Amino acid sequence: MADHLDLRRGTYADSVSLMQVSRRVGDVAGVSKALVAMATELNLDLLAGMGFDTVDAGPNDLIVAIRAEDDDAIAAALAELDAALAASSGGGGASFGDGPPPRTVRDGAAAAAGAGQPADLALISTPGDHAYVEALDALRAGLNVMLFSDNVPLDAEIALKDEAASRGLLVMGPDAGTAIVSGVGLGFANVAQPGPVGIVAASGTGAQQLTCLLDDAGIGVSHVLGVGGRDLKDEVAGRATLQALAALDADPATDLIVVLSKPPSESVAARIRDAADACSTPVVLALLGPGQDDLTATAASVAAALGRSFDAPVWWPAPFERTGSYTELRGLFAGGTLCQEATLLVAEAFEQTASNVAVPGVEALTDGLDTAGHVLVDLGEDEYTRGRPHPMIDQSLRLERITAETARPGGKVLLLDVVLGHGAHPDPAAELAPAIERAILESADDLAVVVSLCGSAGDPQGRDRQADALVRAGASVHLSNAHATRKAIELIGGPS
Amino acid sequence: MTDSTTDVTTSDAAEAGPFGGLLDGPPHVVTAGVELFESTLRDQSVEVTAVDWRPPIEGDLAGPLARIAADPRTADANADALARITSAEPHWVGIRSAADAVGLEKGQFLHAGPPITWERASGPMRGALIAAMLYEGMADTPEAAEAIGEAGELELSPCHHHAAVGPMAGVVSPSMPMFVIENGAFGNQAFCTLNEGLGKVLRYGAFAPEVIDRLNWMQRVLGPALEAAVGQLGSLDLRAIITQALQMGDELHNRNRAASAMIVKEVVPPLLEAGIDPHDLADVVRFVNGNEHFFLNLGMPAVKATMDPVRDIPGCSVIVAMARNGTDFGVQVSGTGDRWFTGPAEVPDGLFLGDYTAEDANPDIGDSTIMETAGVGGFAMASAPAIVRFVGGQASDALDATRSMYAITLGEHPHYQVPILEFRGTPVGIDVTRIARTGVLPFVNTGIAGKVAGTGQVGAGLVSPPVSVFTDAVRALAELAEAPPAP
Repeated sequence: MADHLDLRRGTYADSVSLMQVSRRVGDVAGVSKALVAMATELNLDLLAGMGFDTVDAGPNDLIVAIRAEDDDAIAAALAELDAALAASSGGGGASFGDGPPPRTVRDGAAAAAGAGQPADLALISTPGDHAYVEALDALRAGLNVMLFSDNVPLDAEIALKDEAASRGLLVMGPDAGTAIVSGVGLGFANVAQPGPVGIVAASGTGAQQLTCLLDDAGIGVSHVLGVGGRDLKDEVAGRATLQALAALDADPATDLIVVLSKPPSESVAARIRDAADACSTPVVLALLGPGQDDLTATAASVAAALGRSFDAPVWWPAPFERTGSYTELRGLFAGGTLCQEATLLVAEAFEQTASNVAVPGVEALTDGLDTAGHVLVDLGEDEYTRGRPHPMIDQSLRLERITAETARPGGKVLLLDVVLGHGAHPDPAAELAPAIERAILESADDLAVVVSLCGSAGDPQGRDRQADALVRAGASVHLSNAHATRKAIELIGGPS
Repeated sequence: MTDSTTDVTTSDAAEAGPFGGLLDGPPHVVTAGVELFESTLRDQSVEVTAVDWRPPIEGDLAGPLARIAADPRTADANADALARITSAEPHWVGIRSAADAVGLEKGQFLHAGPPITWERASGPMRGALIAAMLYEGMADTPEAAEAIGEAGELELSPCHHHAAVGPMAGVVSPSMPMFVIENGAFGNQAFCTLNEGLGKVLRYGAFAPEVIDRLNWMQRVLGPALEAAVGQLGSLDLRAIITQALQMGDELHNRNRAASAMIVKEVVPPLLEAGIDPHDLADVVRFVNGNEHFFLNLGMPAVKATMDPVRDIPGCSVIVAMARNGTDFGVQVSGTGDRWFTGPAEVPDGLFLGDYTAEDANPDIGDSTIMETAGVGGFAMASAPAIVRFVGGQASDALDATRSMYAITLGEHPHYQVPILEFRGTPVGIDVTRIARTGVLPFVNTGIAGKVAGTGQVGAGLVSPPVSVFTDAVRALAELAEAPPAP
């Protein structure tokens, strides 16, 4: 066994890039553990957990920790590290003509303006603590903001939205994962045809599912504006939602507006309803929750409102009829709203349903991911994304859990979402299909797999190719999350 | 709104859609944070400017930086500060003794940098104080002078506290003649002693008889001659000289050659007209002409007079002084008043003259970092690529030095322009919060003093200010920040 630990001061790279670097280093032959990460408290804890000595380092220092079978493996790992770091660092070579790359959004906006291409949007995905000052830089430079960052304090959100409103600008977020502006996908977004529907969404994967279902029905979107998960809470009172609503109402390309959210409080709901009524463009309020339309039903009602037809979304049955006796429904989700929609449906069907998502009538998990019974987990929640990238980008946790589920006795239905589009994993089926195939082989009649595939025909991953691979692995695949969930429920023997 | 003289952007805004026209077409995006989102945009052939973002220089600064940014006073306070800096009009208007100019009495001395005691002072500082005591007749021998210092009988105060600045040890005593600079825009004045030249001089801590003799000559002959000259001129526009010097290869901290030559050009005619004794006249001209750093002692009070009106603006995060006393490096920030934020002064890293090495060097000393504070010196290094021969590095480093300073400053000087950067104004208004956010430290090139008193200059190079002075200032400013009004 050989250990290597070094600190590179003043070398910074973002956490997502570093996790990919870490993975490459970890995959080198002979390496048993690798951690390449900035020395945040969290990562220092991880380092200690790996059995390395404590180091005196701060968030601007890069930790390189490698455990391998011998020094040759360490050397190979370090070579791979250097190659990976070089590949991940952007350009920015300063020649006579170029200055150093901008370090703040203020300077980024100035650089864009200086190059004759003034910017109109800042997409900020720094850690939440630091997002406020960058967002303020953006607003002061006249840029709108898409705040992908989460863990932004509530008072900062309110201050930013007020500042934005006073300047006639929009703040999307915090925790806004998805937007589409004039056909350009921002954050995690699907490729959708242009069309008459404008979406204001307090939910990322909800907007993605709706966009994909509409796209498949031949109905395109004008813009998808993400307002952040908290916008419709009492404190924020729908500030961004109301602005977005007014903007889409004024937008000549938008003939119908959908507002997508969890149910807000009555006072906020009233404000939204009043604003919707005042719009000259028709507005569909899709306030997802118990007793409300699911996303598929919402897509259908949007089509109807436009006088368009809406066929049931496409699905591909599993190659072999699943004939086992399944007693547990196990949902492993990357998309928060998809998990929520599924959990609501499962809870309606079965009394004892547990989830880490707060849904009325649903219990909390009692034993983490090993909780027994009908369990649906959002793997994108904070407790599962410490020290790992979001499951939309990296499937390792999900693949681990599929193996773990296979080891549990008894018949179960595995319900998985696969989200495609810009920013998501480039080929999820390449990893997932073999895992599903293996799991079914080992479990025989004890396992059925249902996949909710959120993707559009134009997505870079090749949606139908993905569906094909997953079906061949033994899963049934559904473009509608609601339909996939009902299929899973049906397999358990409940109402569908 | 339809008046043809109206600013074009107003009518553009009226026609653009909401959010400044965001929804009118594909967005032009600035990204900061996760690189993934920059690449998904590039994949879609979208105009992207990627920010090279990193967390602030110390882990716990997120909260303080947010508090300062949320302070409703800060944006206007900083805009005000920038306007004051760029509208300053420094003029040389006279010569006065230190006793007159700053009210110094016998036994009282000013010095460079933040407050210091004899005990903590380094070699050159003590040597300079000894020289000053001998010059003022407080002691007959260096040993006697040293004893006065040891006994704690000296009253010491920073130059900065008295509208003054001094290079190297920066020691000022009552009898020394000082340049009087007036900032025409605000009426405030600033002061600096006259530059003694190179070699064995008080400011490097030398106290040999020749040093005292020269100080006496400066008081008796040089001071009055220059006073007569500026009296003839009325005043001398120093902003104009700085502006021209920056276009002639000076940066006005380590390189003052062109500016000093311009001073000779300006003072010789009035000296000739002033009717000074011809023998003295020759000595005066030879003295001024022989010192390529003569202008430094005019440039420093010129920018001191520029920066002083920026002091004490509530909520303002602009640095108003950076200064060293040979032991400590200190900064003052507008919104935190007179408070000094100090850390250990390091030995600058650069090239050494002759056989000298870093072993011979004193830690960083002098008020000359007021030049950088006001946007010249190291910040204008792109105007003076020749000094890389002196401080080390390549000519392209000189350009990078200036260009990297825009990240930590509020704006650009309208008059102090850098030809090679297409006449871009020098970076002015150092914002301590941007230092903390970007990790970019103020770029300072300086002379290096010998640590043994009286050695003189041993080299020149790059100063590394202690990071803690900036982070302490940010925390202090955050504590004074006002919360925004409740929504």
